[in-house]
Amino acid sequence: MVSNGTRKERATATNNESAFIRQEDAPILPPPITSAGVAGWLNDNIFASMLDFSTLGAAVKSILMAIFTAFVAYIFFDQVYGLLDFAIFSAVWQDPEEQKRQVCWTIEQGGKLPNGWHGACWPYIIAKTKFILYGAYPNESLWRVNSTYLLGAILLVWVMIDRLPYRKLVGAVLLTIYPIFATVMLTGGGFGLSQFSVGVNTIIGLALISLGRAGKMGWITGPFLDLSKMAGVAGWFFIFFAAALVSVGVDFDLSKVDTRDWGGLLITLVVATTAIVVSLPLGILLALGRRSSLPVARTLSIIFIEFWRGVPLITVLFMASVMIPLFMPEGVNFDSLLRALIGVTLWQSAYMAEVIRGGLQAIDKGQYEGADAVGLSYWQSMRLIILPQALTRVLPGIVNTIISVFKDTSLVSIVGLFDLLGATQATIADAAWSTPVQASTGYLVVALIFFVFCFGMSRYSMYIERKLDRGH
Amino acid sequence: MVKTSVARDDNKKNSSDETVVVSMEHVNKWFGQFHVLRDINLRVVKGERIVVCGPSGSGKSTLIRCLNRLEKHQDGDINVHGIELNNDVKNIDEIRREVGMVFQHFNLFPHLSIIENCMLAPIWVRKTPRAEAEEIAMHFLTRVKIPEQALKYPGQLSGGQQQRVAIARALCMQPQLMLFDEPTSALDPEMIKEVLDTMVELAEDGMTMICVTHEMGFARKVADRVIFMDEGQIIEQNEPEAFFNNPQSDRTKLFLSQILGH
Ligand SMILES: Nc1ncnc2c1ncn2[C@@H]1O[C@H](COP(=O)(O)OP(=O)(O)OP(=O)(O)O)[C@@H](O)[C@H]1O
Ligand SMILES: [Mg+2]
Repeated sequence: MVSNGTRKERATATNNESAFIRQEDAPILPPPITSAGVAGWLNDNIFASMLDFSTLGAAVKSILMAIFTAFVAYIFFDQVYGLLDFAIFSAVWQDPEEQKRQVCWTIEQGGKLPNGWHGACWPYIIAKTKFILYGAYPNESLWRVNSTYLLGAILLVWVMIDRLPYRKLVGAVLLTIYPIFATVMLTGGGFGLSQFSVGVNTIIGLALISLGRAGKMGWITGPFLDLSKMAGVAGWFFIFFAAALVSVGVDFDLSKVDTRDWGGLLITLVVATTAIVVSLPLGILLALGRRSSLPVARTLSIIFIEFWRGVPLITVLFMASVMIPLFMPEGVNFDSLLRALIGVTLWQSAYMAEVIRGGLQAIDKGQYEGADAVGLSYWQSMRLIILPQALTRVLPGIVNTIISVFKDTSLVSIVGLFDLLGATQATIADAAWSTPVQASTGYLVVALIFFVFCFGMSRYSMYIERKLDRGH
Repeated sequence: MVKTSVARDDNKKNSSDETVVVSMEHVNKWFGQFHVLRDINLRVVKGERIVVCGPSGSGKSTLIRCLNRLEKHQDGDINVHGIELNNDVKNIDEIRREVGMVFQHFNLFPHLSIIENCMLAPIWVRKTPRAEAEEIAMHFLTRVKIPEQALKYPGQLSGGQQQRVAIARALCMQPQLMLFDEPTSALDPEMIKEVLDTMVELAEDGMTMICVTHEMGFARKVADRVIFMDEGQIIEQNEPEAFFNNPQSDRTKLFLSQILGH
């Protein structure tokens, strides 16, 4: 009976296409060899597109594909080889006889290298390393720069490695104490203690903090409650500022180094990190301000953002170096590095604000409502719900602006600061090392240093993106 | 749809010490020129279960969203849990602490795990210690029958599970009143039941609830009162049996025939 029935089913299955009942499971098989391993990858990505000769059209396409692939491969390897040849195989590495420029000269030019030689002149870079990295910073004080770098790197790596303990604390140190430490170390500090300004800042700070406390105790109500909370936060900034004033005011017996002597990578890193670190919170505040329902906050944010975005960075830098002194009282000498720092930072904040605003706009209205409905306050819902999502979404955009400001710092050379590029260019003008490959070698180094930093940031952001991915 | 019939403790409504949880008096609201809520009067006492129904665009969502100030009413008085709902931020915060809300699209926080979703408000709004908040969260996740999903993220859960998490999230604040805005209408049919079952259990525990829903089976079994809205007005309200079997207004009859007719 049963087998009869089964036979019947089979019969129906063959007769009638739309009715089908599976009798046996289909076997579970390994993937075809061509799609696994190196051979599979090569086949899938390169050869598969050129092995189809079934029709005339397909054959023509395959042949064209093969030619194109060969062409691209040729260009690629030629370029890579050219670079490696210049930087490594043909390069001059040592200058044992201290010949300086002659060590990189061909016979024709009066040196010993074969005619037609083309390679990097590393002795020149070795001789100029200090200038490229630190500018005219005094040699005997370089340890201060290096220890600042070292401490910064340790703190930064600590914050970046997920498994280490106290990451929040270290992050807080990195953003508060470290900048003061760096300022003192790099400049030498000892700007003089103005008891008046320290006192004023401390008093304002304490007053604001008490106001915040009063709000917490419930002594302030209604619309002023939010203001008192903000006052509490602002108070800590004043206290911090007073502490910073004291720290840079006290004389630690370090020799003073004028910022005019700073240069090279040091300037690039100082300008870039300041701009990046300050522009992120400032950009967040501006973006929130622009979307705020308070007309004052909204208008101010819009004016700020549109003003700074409407002006090219070069103009900002020129304005900072020419116009700020005009507004300063007679005799007050505003440091030119500080001017550039402020200019780049505010300009960058405006861009950051717009990137972040893009992220805020992408957040579903339901998220705001969900946060409101469970009773979170405005700042809580921003900090806990909206910003984490908005920032994650625009992480590529944020990193993009960060990388671009890192490179834009080169523009400070037009206001007389010798950043990495400016300092290198200055060494290229040195006749003692004048060779036909001097400029190529110098720019190669600049490009390499920029690339290492920018590529590093890019990779780190990709890691963060993967880490924050919640699979939705 | 809903399996159990809820024992209605009518004494709640008639008891002498009945506490008014919601009172709306002559509430009006406009969106621009459009009059969405027209002279709404509503009293809900503790333990009452209200179902609000009505055609699309009739102002049901707007009505319940006015109760926790997701929308602002322009005229009339709203009192929730004895607190007057006005522009005072403190009052609004206090009301939101006492009112839980469940949305059509769940509105879970996708960057937080399920348990973090549930712990967030107790920790930040009620200032509950972390360990205790975790305990509360697990308690309510167990109650909506998904404790095992606690460490997952909302994106990894089915719609029905997400909605149950949303209910748990609201319950973690231990609210006096729960608002539901079409909690099942974004769900596939096979998930509607699990969410409705959760809501029925909540009703059995005596939670004061206002539900906007078209699940008439749920209304019949759980509701103390069914409210029918059209064009921003409350057209008819009655006990479910009377409401469904003997509707008075023509608009109610038309509406019922449309949703029950097929
Ligand atoms: N933010 C808003 N601005 C302007 N009009 C709105 C707004 N929100 C809702 N409306 C309008 O108000 C009316 C009532 O909306 P509401 O969402 O309360 O209806 P509803 O009864 O919940 O409908 P549905 O069953 O479709 O959810 C609708 O006509 C809608 O278009
Ligand atoms: Mg609605």
